[in-house]
Amino acid sequence: MASTGPTTQRFARTAQAARSERAQKVAKWVFGAMALAMVAPLIGIVTYLLYRAWPSLGWEFLVDLPRKGMREGGIWPAFVGTLYLVTISLAVAAPIGVLAAIYLNEYARDNWFNRLINLAVINLAGVPSIVHALFGLGAFVYAAQFGFSILSASLTLAIMTLPVIIASTREALASVPRAFREACWNVGATRWQTIRAVVLPNSISGILTGIILQVSRAAGETAPIMFTGAVFYKAVQRGDLFPYRLGDQCMALSMHLYTVSTQVPNVKESIPYATAIVLLGSVLLVNATAIAARVFMRRRKRW
Amino acid sequence: MSAVPLTPGGAAAERRPTRSTLSLLGERVIEALIKLSGVSAVIFVVAIFFFIFREAAPVLWSKDFHILEFLFSTEWYPTSVSNVRYGTLALTVGTLSVTAVAIVLAVPFGLGAAIFVSEFCSPKLKETLKIVIELLAAIPSVVWGFVGLTVMSKIIVTLTGTAVGVNLLNGGVILALMSVPIIVSIGEDALRAVPDSYREAAVALGATRWQTVYRVLLPAAKNGLLAAVLLGVGRAVGETMAVLMATGHAVHIPDGLLNSVRTLTANVAAELGEAPAGSSHYRVLFLTGVLLFWITMVVNVAADLVVRGIRRK
Repeated sequence: MASTGPTTQRFARTAQAARSERAQKVAKWVFGAMALAMVAPLIGIVTYLLYRAWPSLGWEFLVDLPRKGMREGGIWPAFVGTLYLVTISLAVAAPIGVLAAIYLNEYARDNWFNRLINLAVINLAGVPSIVHALFGLGAFVYAAQFGFSILSASLTLAIMTLPVIIASTREALASVPRAFREACWNVGATRWQTIRAVVLPNSISGILTGIILQVSRAAGETAPIMFTGAVFYKAVQRGDLFPYRLGDQCMALSMHLYTVSTQVPNVKESIPYATAIVLLGSVLLVNATAIAARVFMRRRKRW
Repeated sequence: MSAVPLTPGGAAAERRPTRSTLSLLGERVIEALIKLSGVSAVIFVVAIFFFIFREAAPVLWSKDFHILEFLFSTEWYPTSVSNVRYGTLALTVGTLSVTAVAIVLAVPFGLGAAIFVSEFCSPKLKETLKIVIELLAAIPSVVWGFVGLTVMSKIIVTLTGTAVGVNLLNGGVILALMSVPIIVSIGEDALRAVPDSYREAAVALGATRWQTVYRVLLPAAKNGLLAAVLLGVGRAVGETMAVLMATGHAVHIPDGLLNSVRTLTANVAAELGEAPAGSSHYRVLFLTGVLLFWITMVVNVAADLVVRGIRRK
């Protein structure tokens, strides 16, 4: 940076310096505008959806059943269905994901086999959601004969969201300094004892954040459950918290949004918007919780 | 376990009088579980391929199916009574064109935003922007699809005067919005990975921020930035719900931005429900899945190799 202060005499501001400063300013504004172009849609979309959804939003919309062929009423069966799918997929994916991350971070040496595992995790994250749907249909619905059910859909979701948990847990484990482990090994603890007594307690909050992110991902997915267990409509009791069994099909929020916005004609106008807001709101709320937890933890961290 | 110093257990693993056999056994079991889970990702990837291929395979040998027609014909008439055709070229072109539109829009904005976040803004603004990026990445694809269907299609109809708002352009813009967060966060990682000494050296030579960015940082981080773009492409190719809802439903090769198209993914989502299990149509849809599996695998492995390239240096 040229030419400020009393030394201006000796370091005169040349034409070239002026040019490069101008370029610097332009660059800053252009990139700033690009960053802004990224923020604007988020705010714009949420505001617009909220505005259009307003007439329908409310407690009644959440706990009421869809009425008149889903043209009026609420979203209770879909909301509960999503809770079911998320909970069961979480119960499957969380232990496997956390253990896999422990293996990759604590046990695995750098050899071809573990590189293969890494590659598999990356691939699992990159496989399109519709391919997961095909897999769920072929493996769980037909081959394992679970049928079109909550179980098949949850298992499909679990495998799809596994990489989310693995990646964030690994990051949490890797942030525990190696010296902590060495200290523990040196008093004679085995690898597993070290993990249980030192590594996990020091990374548990990071692991939980990762699990929260899995919840948000699982809640939003549509394609993988569309052909494995989610249905357009399923009658349940109003406000019933446990209307489904494992072998039943269920409704789901994401699927419901797809249905009311594309498959059903003459839906009351604000209903798809309100469904979108409930889905988007839950997902963003869950993510915001994870972010807040992470910021809080980083402040508290002592190393 | 080895007896090298600084690894756990030590040489005395055999004589450890203070631990019960139960706890020793417990440790064995949990370590076996850990190893099993570690391998699970490989098992799942192989299983995904196996089960999809298993459903698709019989059609490969059936007489009304030709692999060349599948790959290179634009005629997709899966439910026709007299003239069944399974040509996916129009769908592949649909996927490619939507991805291309998305990438053309997303790459400059994504990389620009990554540079701004990494190099030009204050720490506080950086924190905020990163949170926004994370929230943006969390928006479910069906919500994006809904936005395309309602908001974006209206905008496109108003701006261009076309009759139908769900088309190639709409899908491309929505996919761009979905890929930008990935490109930004991975691109930002890549820029952060450039050592600070590079920046210091550039500043010491009298370079401005911008000169530092395009003369020093971009060349140094080019692999990571390329990986960011590739992962953005991967996301765009594999996206299903958003393109299903936002691109319209015409199976043909588009000749303009305002044409409706259908992608490979959207095609499976749209037709799988109607194809009777075990029919040729059903199996061809699974074969499309196999194709998608390989496409995304190649893209992701390429991105990984590119990233690994930087680490090795």
